[in-house]
Amino acid sequence: MYQYDEYDQAMVDARVEEFRGQVARRMAGEITEDQFKPLRLKNGLYLQLHAYMLRVAIPYGTLNGRQMRLLGDIADKYDRGYGHFTTRQNIQYNWIKLEDAPQILADLATVEMHAIQTSGNCIRNISSDHFAGAAADELVDPRPYAELLRQWSSFHPEFDYLPRKFKIAVIASDTDRAAMRLHDIGIQIVKNDAGEIGARFYVGGGMGRTPMIAPVIRDFVPALQMVSYAEACLRVYNRYGRRDNKYKARIKILVHEIGADEYRRQVEEEFAHILTLGLEPPQAEFERIAAFFADPGLESGLADGYDRSDPDFAVWADQNTAPHKQAGYKAVVISLKPAGGIPGDASADQIRLMAELAEAYSLDELRVTHTQNIVLPHVKQSDLYALWQKLDAAGLATANLDLIGDIIACPGLDYCSLANARSIPLAQKISARFASPERQRTLGELKLKISGCINACGHHHAGHIGILGVDKKGTENYQLLFGGSEAADTSLAQIVGPGFNEDGIVDAIETATEVYLKARAEGERFIDTYRRIGAAPFKEAIYG
Amino acid sequence: MAETLLRLRVDTASGAPVLSLTDFLASDNAAAVRIEPGEDARALLPHLSRIALVEVSFPAYGDGRGYSSARILREHGYKGELRATGDVLLDQLSHMKRCGFDGFAPAKPIAAEAAQQAFATWPDVYQKTVDGRSPIWAKRHGL
Repeated sequence: MYQYDEYDQAMVDARVEEFRGQVARRMAGEITEDQFKPLRLKNGLYLQLHAYMLRVAIPYGTLNGRQMRLLGDIADKYDRGYGHFTTRQNIQYNWIKLEDAPQILADLATVEMHAIQTSGNCIRNISSDHFAGAAADELVDPRPYAELLRQWSSFHPEFDYLPRKFKIAVIASDTDRAAMRLHDIGIQIVKNDAGEIGARFYVGGGMGRTPMIAPVIRDFVPALQMVSYAEACLRVYNRYGRRDNKYKARIKILVHEIGADEYRRQVEEEFAHILTLGLEPPQAEFERIAAFFADPGLESGLADGYDRSDPDFAVWADQNTAPHKQAGYKAVVISLKPAGGIPGDASADQIRLMAELAEAYSLDELRVTHTQNIVLPHVKQSDLYALWQKLDAAGLATANLDLIGDIIACPGLDYCSLANARSIPLAQKISARFASPERQRTLGELKLKISGCINACGHHHAGHIGILGVDKKGTENYQLLFGGSEAADTSLAQIVGPGFNEDGIVDAIETATEVYLKARAEGERFIDTYRRIGAAPFKEAIYG
Repeated sequence: MAETLLRLRVDTASGAPVLSLTDFLASDNAAAVRIEPGEDARALLPHLSRIALVEVSFPAYGDGRGYSSARILREHGYKGELRATGDVLLDQLSHMKRCGFDGFAPAKPIAAEAAQQAFATWPDVYQKTVDGRSPIWAKRHGL
């Protein structure tokens, strides 16, 4: 994976010093909270309901054992012994003291990490496929492109005060594991008819209160013009994105209001101008970056197959591992969704254990998934059983990847100052109701996503079953949505009918699963059946 | 009104009256103009040779349109003073300079010493812009 050189390190160190000064000025009363807010946000520090929350960037979700171990140590030293992995492949700490924040950033800098641009109206941490570099179906590893964009977007002087936050995802396979088309810019690395590698730009997707699936703005941007094209996309947005209403300020609204064709025309005009300026890093720089990702040390000549005589292990291996491009290997997903647990949470000890297991079994690499799980991308099949035993002993071997227990949930009203309703207790209740592994497997792939407010951090629009928490005359109320998907068949979920209280929504979900089980045809997932038979049979069963 | 003016230029500041964009475009010989966030900096491109001062207004620091206006003017060869006015704060100075600003008229004064420190925030830069700094990628490859 990528390693900092002296330039990268100096930039992160400079940011730590800058922020140390800003915090000192704030603590001394030299700047007001209003003036301090955008500065702390640029460093991932939010003021939440009970304390400061620090969001640490994990660029394209990739990290090594040393970095992961430090994340565990930070949880112990500065938080309450937990970290929370997020839908943008980052980690959040929920109980941070302002005066500790500069030192945490300094600690992170010692392992080439930071919290730069994890908040604020700027280009956020760039996300990617959590199986990048391991996936059997990828064209190339998308991470060198993501790293190139990370550097371009870091401290970009023109795009630090955009109309709204800006999220970019980069993938390189037809199977979308990063919700790419639900980003402000989604990039798919593709090969054109001439066999050249380039970038397909989707612009104007997003969730939030106005969910939109991004249209293609350009089918093929040559790889060595990707930064210039992104620059053009951002400049048009910075100049013309709406600033009169923060709820209409994301780029999806601009693209929707002027239309994809007009947006494309403006971008192409700007792009033609930008190409004359020579802003693009050279091929040699791309190659320098790509070399870090080229070969993590995979052995060749290994055979596929492993001993499956322990039935519990076999169930986990079938559910939580994915095909690897190299024979004899698997990508392993560690579920952070135990029955009744808090989605995405891990204790300091669990985080350090995962670091150790990555070093022992996964060529010192881990990934964070947008579904709030952890991946060990390069595990030899012959090591799977030993790995599983260690995970199991630490409560990390829940075999529920992509099943109903694998819930995405935002922090909700337990932590978040924006939330209208709690997400975590509801996730725990649903997870407990469907705790039986057999029942979960019978239901098959079923992606359930919970947001505690309309901002949709829990991706409810993209859930096969989505739940949106709202405030109804002072009480928490949960709306039920069906039919969303963040995968290659991206679709937006639709509201089924009137909302429920906390117990009512759990019952309604259970009823919906019964309708599905009765109606499903051979091989159909919940979403397939829903798409085939429509909402009516579900509505009738739920509302009578 | 601005109490202090920070300038990174050696020439004398223009004393020409600063016109709104509409008035400037209606005039044949005006040499100073102010553009607001919603106005198109490209409207000035045919007139760059006669302009000595462009004020780019920042009514609120969070409105970043002025950064693009500044870069566009510099990218098209504007050599006169580019002055950021209004809600211009210490922590935005280094990015403004990178986008081509060389004059700063903050509504709330900034000490010259603090400003110099702010301009020196970044030991290097990742992007090529209009400030002449060699980006990190160029240094890595001896370009």
